[in-house]
Amino acid sequence: MSMQIKKPAKIGRHSSLWWMYLPAFLFVAFFIVYPFLDGIRISFTNWNGFSQNSDFVGFQQYTRMLTDPDTWTVVRNTLLYGIGSTIFQNVLGLGYALLLNQSIKFKAITRTIVYLPVIISPLIMGYIWYFFFAYQNGALNDVLMGLGLDKINALGNPDLNIWIIVFVNTFQFVGIAMIIYLAGLQSISKDFYEAADIDGATSFQQFKNITLPLIMPSVTINMVVNIIGGLKLFDVIISLTGGGPGNSSQSMSTFMYDLYFARQDAGYAATQGVLMMIIILILSFSALIYFRRKEVEA
Amino acid sequence: MDFSSRKKKTVLSIIAIVVTIFHFMPFYILMTTASKAKGDFSSKWVFPSTINWSNFTEAWQMASLGNSLWNTTVITFFAAILLIVFGSMAAYPLARRQTKLNKFMYMFFISIMVVPPLAALVPLYQLVVDIGLMNTRTVAVLNNVAAFLPLTIFLYAGFIRSTIPKSLEESARIDGASTVGIFFRIVFPLLKPVTASVLIISCVFIWNDYQFAIFFLQDQSVQTMTVALSKFFGANTNNLNLVAAAAIIAMLPMVVLFLFLQKYFIKGLASGSVKG
Repeated sequence: MSMQIKKPAKIGRHSSLWWMYLPAFLFVAFFIVYPFLDGIRISFTNWNGFSQNSDFVGFQQYTRMLTDPDTWTVVRNTLLYGIGSTIFQNVLGLGYALLLNQSIKFKAITRTIVYLPVIISPLIMGYIWYFFFAYQNGALNDVLMGLGLDKINALGNPDLNIWIIVFVNTFQFVGIAMIIYLAGLQSISKDFYEAADIDGATSFQQFKNITLPLIMPSVTINMVVNIIGGLKLFDVIISLTGGGPGNSSQSMSTFMYDLYFARQDAGYAATQGVLMMIIILILSFSALIYFRRKEVEA
Repeated sequence: MDFSSRKKKTVLSIIAIVVTIFHFMPFYILMTTASKAKGDFSSKWVFPSTINWSNFTEAWQMASLGNSLWNTTVITFFAAILLIVFGSMAAYPLARRQTKLNKFMYMFFISIMVVPPLAALVPLYQLVVDIGLMNTRTVAVLNNVAAFLPLTIFLYAGFIRSTIPKSLEESARIDGASTVGIFFRIVFPLLKPVTASVLIISCVFIWNDYQFAIFFLQDQSVQTMTVALSKFFGANTNNLNLVAAAAIIAMLPMVVLFLFLQKYFIKGLASGSVKG
């Protein structure tokens, strides 16, 4: 009884207002959560991707996946793309941010040019670098031949093409890391450095003891954003190597695309999707937890 | 300024110039490539004596870039509107009403950010076929909205929590305004800065989308710029100069927008990250 006597406004203020996020929830549930769950079901079948019927095959696709040498090539590549790009983007991004945080000339134009690739489609960025690395008449080989050296087939070399893809992905998105670090650096009070100067601390000591601890939140964001981006890599690979030669530069995303569309192996593609999901979840959450803890310590 | 700090400044300026040249280099190569005639295999480091402008007109027609530009614009425009309306609406209770359900829902949306859409490619493709939306611009809009809603909600919720004073809403409530009225008339107009960030971040990604488009927009009548370009590359591997011209046309709208609104692009990203 007493509940009903309460002012209606009071009840309103404590309700969840769930109808306001209902449309967003439906979008996500229908286009992300449902397909993801349905993918787990498909991973237990031998569905070919277009036929009306398919058989339940238990863990067959999973044992196939674990014994398939391609799986390990692709997982290794995906980890190299994810972790490699993350390291390079952060080291370079922080370096550029430190540079642009000084009073130097041409600062604005450097920032603009470094950031420019961020707004360009990764597919197009891949083509642009293809003109550079291509074996026939590529810009790199023009230089090598001009110097009297042999041409190199950089994109056709399985030991090299992975690193070129890491490089292009780094080149494309280092601007994001740079801007986030720059915002972090600019939020540090000058007083800290002045006090450290009076105490006679060297630039390196100041960097290690003031700058780095205070930009840890930026490090967390960059690490997590870059690792997720790198592990999902797709467009750049399509435009630079198409995953080849063989499967040598395939990532989990491009491998799944290949399995589904080129090899009509939908059940197996879904199984690879589940593995990809597990790897991304484990890596991004461990990165998040690890760097959040660092922030607290600092 | 003493001698050593002036010297340091010079060295750093030179490093900045080197960095700038290095980052500009691939765009320079793109431009020299796009300006050469078919069969011109001269070094990519030099421009031809006469620029072959016909590459651009040929690429525009052969890759049907006009049509793709229109499709990309329509998809980005409608996806952005839905993102702003549904994203800001969803963020409001998640930021303001700390009920158990809302705390859970906030975590739910945040966790979805990690999910790679391609991991669910197989069932998503089937779903799109089943609901009859294959090769429609609608499906590109819906997919992109779903993919970017979590990030949008995250940005809006952070902004509402940290920037919008609760007192505004409470006094409106005392004046008898409804929740809907409070949200749309009082809160939403104050969200302009974060709406700008959301627009810039999501529009860049949706405009450049290839992962969804390559699966769902294969038909030429609905294809976006990225799909048109990848098809064009596949068909013209023997005439990359034409592909380079097409690539320049395809990236031009975003580049121009960026050069004019650079301040907002960079501010949007920086403020989004600080709030996180």
